[in-house]
Amino acid sequence: MTPTAPTGVRHPASSGSQNPPVLEIRGLEVSYGYSDSAVRALRGVDLTLHQGEVLGLAGESGCGKSTLVYAATRLLPPPGIITGGEVILHGDEGPVDVLRMSDAELRATRWQDTAIVFQGAMNSLNPVHRIGRQITDAIKAHRPGWSRARRDERARELLEMVGIAAGRITAYPHELSGGMRQRVMIAMALALEPKVLIMDEPTTALDVVMQRQIVEQIVDLRDRLGFSVVFITHDVSLLVEIADRIAIMYAGEIVEQATADEVYRHPRHPYSHGLLTSFPPLHGPRRELQGIPGAPPDLQSLPSGCPFRVRCPHAMPSCARVHPELGPTALGEEQRSVACLLHDPQVRTAEGVELPASLAV
Amino acid sequence: MTFPGRPVLATGRPGPAPRTRTSPQVTMSEATTVRSGPAAPPPTSDAPVLEAVSLTKHFPVRGLRSRGAAVHAVDAVDVALRAGQVVALVGESGSGKSTVARLLARLHTQTSGDVLLHGEQVTAHRGRAFRAYSRRVQMIFQDPFASLNPVHTVRYVLTRSLRIHQPTLRGDALEAALHALLERVQLAPERFVEKFPHELSGGQRQRVAIARALAADPEVLLADEPISMLDVSIRVGVLNLLQDLRDRLGIAVLYITHDIASARYFADRTQVMYAGRTVEAGDSESVTQTPAHPYTQLLVRSAPDPENLASTSRVTAGGEPPNMVTPPAGCRFNPRCPFATDLCRTQTPPLLTIAPGRQAACWGYAARVPGALDGVPADAPLPDLGADAVPVEPASPKDVTR
Repeated sequence: MTPTAPTGVRHPASSGSQNPPVLEIRGLEVSYGYSDSAVRALRGVDLTLHQGEVLGLAGESGCGKSTLVYAATRLLPPPGIITGGEVILHGDEGPVDVLRMSDAELRATRWQDTAIVFQGAMNSLNPVHRIGRQITDAIKAHRPGWSRARRDERARELLEMVGIAAGRITAYPHELSGGMRQRVMIAMALALEPKVLIMDEPTTALDVVMQRQIVEQIVDLRDRLGFSVVFITHDVSLLVEIADRIAIMYAGEIVEQATADEVYRHPRHPYSHGLLTSFPPLHGPRRELQGIPGAPPDLQSLPSGCPFRVRCPHAMPSCARVHPELGPTALGEEQRSVACLLHDPQVRTAEGVELPASLAV
Repeated sequence: MTFPGRPVLATGRPGPAPRTRTSPQVTMSEATTVRSGPAAPPPTSDAPVLEAVSLTKHFPVRGLRSRGAAVHAVDAVDVALRAGQVVALVGESGSGKSTVARLLARLHTQTSGDVLLHGEQVTAHRGRAFRAYSRRVQMIFQDPFASLNPVHTVRYVLTRSLRIHQPTLRGDALEAALHALLERVQLAPERFVEKFPHELSGGQRQRVAIARALAADPEVLLADEPISMLDVSIRVGVLNLLQDLRDRLGIAVLYITHDIASARYFADRTQVMYAGRTVEAGDSESVTQTPAHPYTQLLVRSAPDPENLASTSRVTAGGEPPNMVTPPAGCRFNPRCPFATDLCRTQTPPLLTIAPGRQAACWGYAARVPGALDGVPADAPLPDLGADAVPVEPASPKDVTR
């Protein structure tokens, strides 16, 4: 893929919903480090988030999920550098490119337009301050005109919203359980009614019962407040439940994009298929699972052509030569795209192969 | 590289002490050829290899205002591990499942209760007796990134384990045993033997950790969340490997997990823990498909299930696990249980046998299990599980345990 790459395949898939877009990522490129030793962690990622949509990002560790959202919000820690692309945020004053904002503009949009709930958020509360103060901090910075009483009022309202008694506003973080701390983090993120809420593995450290409560809360709040969510996790079955659309990432690229149900029932990329069959099902027939052979790739020495080919059960000679671009599926389904040569009729003819049955159901 | 001259333990290497194993002394390589033979049936006797009886562990709380207080981590838990069988211990964080594994591995000493190895009480917790015990009962830890020393190669890690547990191995026999170990965990010896942990992926590291445990030629493997730190695509591979070891070597495995779906996939029996107590036990398929205890039902309903998207808001019980310093009286699940009655709030339900090989600790089944209501006031209201209750198969009164 070339550095700034939407090579004509700006696919209708990226307009999966009727709503207007709020965040458009185009050809985003990120490297860690400089010059020859740089690791290209993101290689030309296109992604569109629509208003009121829950977009799921799935993939193994090291595939670039977190890098993608941190780059899109310019929170990437050094040595990460954004080397190309644009991130268009459709704010109140029309579209702006986040990557070209001045520091002051960026400061104004943060929390206001895009808020983030970080990985391991439970531990990101300051242990020496009451949670009320931590919630009002952001309001104070962005709404300088508000009185203290009004800020406190808002903080209580936010706590109630995430299902915590308003009286707990004077609690310290250690007085709350892990699930409650996570809710406080969500309340903080929603303090300024952002348009985009980014959640980086928000439930990974919680047990399933708490995870279920938090996830239902997020979906409920989304319905009431109408913000958009980017939800990052490695648990595809959880994503299928809460996301409207899912993008599967592998080695710094998006390899498949479709509605949640389509990804789950009819995966088109061998990697998506492998991911889905890596989770033992809780119901239905018990069968032997294989997972995906091999290990996630080392981004410093990616194989030529398709980065997944060394682990792919359907790899063909062409896969070593041609880098697959995100394009239409072999069955020509609308609103979805896949980056796999098996879906290219010319390659299939040249190789004399059929689309495997597992990817055509 | 090996450091043969270096003492491998601070206390000195054990001398050529007689192996406690009942089998005659065999070297690793011989053992390998014998045991990996095609048709050696795993010993499947019914007697447990390792058993916990009424195991209890309270951790004292330090501090000025908490004199006498203790975290009730594990209370009267029974576990029986049989050769060639996987038992899964399922529960949320803080339910005491890891403490049970550590008690079985003798890394903690219990407050009360017994650990029995082949029916004999185990008291070892340090020194030579502990090493003899750990030769037979090995543990695999959650985080393969932390459990392998970063400055040592795979060769060093495994050779050291082999030499501690089989001190008679030397030279070629040691090398052969090392290669056999790596092959057993499906790592090509020539590729991996000189690698450092940072050169390996998470799955490969966990395989090395498993090989290290196998170097002792153990009878029991205690696996404490062995896959939760691994990438999703390789988790199943590690489970399949453990399953294969169970079948080929007839090892008894305790599999600790919070993921009840993986327990269904991997374990023969599943035991569900809540707040330090066993609430349900049985064969994995029944426990996951027709859960009997309200907590297990909550757990199963809460797990992501893409097949049943329609049934949103399936969760009826909310709440959070209790404070383990002052756990609730009676059934520890009662504050969160939608069916709880006064009886649940005052008396701890016994583990009732509700079907052959299946137990649940819930008063809701007491009326249908003979003898379960002895000592309970006749007018005490029993919880009504309604449509969530599972059918109780008649069992003889002597099956009612504790």
